[in-house]
Amino acid sequence: MISITAIILLISVFAGFIGSLLGLGGGIIITPALTLLLGIDIKYAIGASIVSVIATSSGSAIAYLKDKITNVRAGMFLEIATTIGALTGAFLAGVVSTRYLYLIFGFLLLYSAGNMFKKRNQELPQEFPINPLADKLKLNGSYWDRALSRQVDYHVTGVYGGFGMMYAAGVISGLLGIGSGIFKVMAMDSFMKLPMKVSTATSNFMIGVTAAASAGIYLTRGNIDPKIAAPVALGVLLGAAVGTKLMQRLKSRTLRLVFIPVLLYVSIEMIMKGIRL
Amino acid sequence: MSKNAVDKNGIEDTEIIISKTLRAGVALSGAITCLGLVLFLLTGNSGYPGESFPTSVFEILRGLGTLKPYAVMLSGLFLLILTPVLRVGVSIVTFLKEKDYMYAAITATVFIILIISFLMGKK
Repeated sequence: MISITAIILLISVFAGFIGSLLGLGGGIIITPALTLLLGIDIKYAIGASIVSVIATSSGSAIAYLKDKITNVRAGMFLEIATTIGALTGAFLAGVVSTRYLYLIFGFLLLYSAGNMFKKRNQELPQEFPINPLADKLKLNGSYWDRALSRQVDYHVTGVYGGFGMMYAAGVISGLLGIGSGIFKVMAMDSFMKLPMKVSTATSNFMIGVTAAASAGIYLTRGNIDPKIAAPVALGVLLGAAVGTKLMQRLKSRTLRLVFIPVLLYVSIEMIMKGIRL
Repeated sequence: MSKNAVDKNGIEDTEIIISKTLRAGVALSGAITCLGLVLFLLTGNSGYPGESFPTSVFEILRGLGTLKPYAVMLSGLFLLILTPVLRVGVSIVTFLKEKDYMYAAITATVFIILIISFLMGKK
């Protein structure tokens, strides 16, 4: 028992580390590792992965908020879209064919992986179109970039597009139970032109809220097995503490280079799922 | 730009309060989960028959009273699940204090949607 607990703990430290760096919940690591490596029932792996999302979110938000990398206003505003989206997803479950959703969003991710690859050498967003709605919502911000050793001021654009993409992110995470973080980063990075670090930190801030909404259901359904979920939570919290320290010292360019292969992996997996279904 | 500077003071206080709330929630839930896990590994006893574990808040709290390892672990996890919800709640109050009514309303909307989805899950 102790050895399995130790393995789960180690996997979770890694998941929390990657998750806090990239603004993802770590479910893409936890779920396959638990099911394929340890032969744990998917039922409990899903419960553990939702715990992992919340642990990554709350664990990393502490550091990112303190260092003012998170855009709290953008996060709060966009949470309206993701939570309504998650509710829509719950209503749509069993009504729409998940096959097409996997395909559509798989290709969308593939496209955005290409987009990210194109701007792989860009450290900070270049053009700042003035967006009246972003001004009204006070979304523009600034943060101290430790890797660049300077204050970075940024303007937010594409508020409607970003809001729409966030809604879609909520729907698919409600319906398919995956990718909540990856689509959030994409919406902020590609649509709203936030700096990469702000996108991942704000995504981290947000994913916990969306996950908490469904965690109650998982708990009462008996998906959260304490002997699996407890080491996951502790490991992820540890990993996130390390990840948040490192992220601030990394350049956005480096962060993007880590993000692109993850994006590719998830998009190909979604497309494969869509084809197989 | 000067308008931004004024706004930023407010949001910085909000950020610090939210960060402190999260830190307290995470530290407490981490400590409780850890205690439960250590109890479980040392005694080799979950406090529940076979592979079963409690699945309702009431059962969890009842088990916590008698320090059943699984109940202690789940109490910590439940507290962790509550941290984001708590964070949204605290934000509403902080935005109100900052007289940032637009964001108090935005955050309250998120809170209501969260409650609705919580209640929907109960069925």
